[in-house]
Amino acid sequence: MDQIIVSNVRKIYKTGDVETVALDNVSFTIKKGEFVAVMGPSGSGKSTLMHILGALDTPTSGKYILDSEEVGKLSKDKLAEIRNRKIGFVFQAFNLLPRTTALKNVALPMVYAGISREERMKRAEKLLNDVGLGDRVNHTSNQLSGGQMQRVAIARSLSMSPAIILADEPTGNISSAQSDEIMRIFQSLQRQGHTIVMITHEPSVARWAERVIHIKDGKIEKEQKNGKERKK
Amino acid sequence: MEFSELLASSFEALKLNKVRTALAGLGIVIGIGAVIALVSLGQATQASVQNSIQGLGANLITVTPGSQRTGAVQGGFGSSQTLTLDDATAIETANYPSISKVSPEVDRRTQVTAGKNNTNTSIIGATPSYTDVHNVTMDSGTFITAADVTGNRDVAVLGPTVVSNLFGDGVDPTGQTVRINKIPFTVIGVTVSKGGTGFGNQDDTIFIPISTAQKTVFGIDYVSDISLSAATPDSITQAENDAGYLLLKRHKINDATQADFSMFSQSDILNTASSVTGTFTALLAGIAAISLLVGGIGIMNIMLVTVIERTREIGLRKALGAKDKTVITQFLIESIILTIGGGIIGMILGITLSYFISMAISLPFTISLTSIILAIGVSGGIGILFGWYPAKKAADLSPIEALRYE
Repeated sequence: MDQIIVSNVRKIYKTGDVETVALDNVSFTIKKGEFVAVMGPSGSGKSTLMHILGALDTPTSGKYILDSEEVGKLSKDKLAEIRNRKIGFVFQAFNLLPRTTALKNVALPMVYAGISREERMKRAEKLLNDVGLGDRVNHTSNQLSGGQMQRVAIARSLSMSPAIILADEPTGNISSAQSDEIMRIFQSLQRQGHTIVMITHEPSVARWAERVIHIKDGKIEKEQKNGKERKK
Repeated sequence: MEFSELLASSFEALKLNKVRTALAGLGIVIGIGAVIALVSLGQATQASVQNSIQGLGANLITVTPGSQRTGAVQGGFGSSQTLTLDDATAIETANYPSISKVSPEVDRRTQVTAGKNNTNTSIIGATPSYTDVHNVTMDSGTFITAADVTGNRDVAVLGPTVVSNLFGDGVDPTGQTVRINKIPFTVIGVTVSKGGTGFGNQDDTIFIPISTAQKTVFGIDYVSDISLSAATPDSITQAENDAGYLLLKRHKINDATQADFSMFSQSDILNTASSVTGTFTALLAGIAAISLLVGGIGIMNIMLVTVIERTREIGLRKALGAKDKTVITQFLIESIILTIGGGIIGMILGITLSYFISMAISLPFTISLTSIILAIGVSGGIGILFGWYPAKKAADLSPIEALRYE
């Protein structure tokens, strides 16, 4: 079953009279439970694609269907709801609330979903346990290493059991040893049935995914499957 | 998202950055505190001016000798001797309904001793009506009685400053002897302090019977002035006319411009005072306006900076599913908590400050409700507006732009 359908998506930015085509007729599909990497050099349009997939932005034309719902046609409030319930973000810069405990950071999306405090804390604690930070629940973000912060961010992305996890350069700000640890977590999440879309410009990171979509100048250049060379 | 959750989030956000919260709160505290303290001190000064004028006596009219023309030469003010005790008695016995009290007075400075201490002070020869006309009240003992005047007695009532100069603070001198021009007087009472220094410090005064002053101490047969108390504030003009015509008749002067005495009433002083008070009110309004402006700009700045600094946080909250409305409401609640909290502390600070300053410079302590409402209303309004406005702008940004904000 196709969880994500992107068909003929164009995104044009206007700055004054100058039009920049960030995405030019991009089409692909992602099945439920896939682990896909989107690769490309900077300026290729991969960040724009990530924003559209994450319902942070809407396409200028074309269709983006997530879980049988066309996202491009939704209101701002409805988009916020999609981001809350169907998408789990993992950012390159972690984007944790400063001076806030890991537990509260993980619970934040559940606050906006209107889940009771008790339930939030219970779920957040379990999620932190799952990413191996059971002993760090009450540490604030500045007391954690980069890898630990990213694991908190992953736990946060899972808090609403989203349809897809969107990771934007998740290992860009952490050491390579910790980066392997993060990628192993993503792989285990895939085994649990999560759909993962990861944006990266590093081939070594892309090798952790099942499938790699190469993007250049706003167009899909090629797609390739990682077979035996896929990292485990 | 429920309101209680929003409230909890707001409190949490305020608690997270205590320094930022304290700074923003301080801006509001100082803004509101300054306005309340300044306005209250201004009003205290105004009240103090009014009090000291009213302290001169209710509906007071003073008749002074002077302006006597002998040929082309006009006598110096106060040097004339044209008013007598008989003039005062005549006004009193005429029983004008416009005049309630008549107080003839002899007023001179001289040396006074008590034991080894001596002072140079004002001696006022008075009658019992002096207390009514000049609002004098007794701290201890009695004032000069009619019997003291008719009996020509050597008794004295001291002002509190004289008491402390001659006997020291806190001593009750009743029954002691003071020597005025070397003549011994028995102290029969002490007046209550009126404070102030305007129009001759009334605390630095010794009262003796007018008869004794004229005959025994100074050897004169005229009076320094006659103070009249008009029956009501409205009858001041009538009282001036009644007393004026009687004195002209007694002094056999037909032309009022040639009068050998002059009169001025408290209403003349009050007219001057009300123009002073008007200037004060304008000054106060100016001070309040400037304080409000300064306080408001301070609050505006700190709120703007606070919210702009959190643009990335707003972007993150939106990316995680917060609706624009939720974000704006949270920031609005934060500003309201800040301004209300800061407002209450500022109010307490302003009131405390003006209380202690009033005490320190001995002004009456007044707090006007208007200044509190104005200060909290304007500063609070600015605080909430400038907490809400940048939050709305940040919430209107797309989450990507907000997240990328540096």
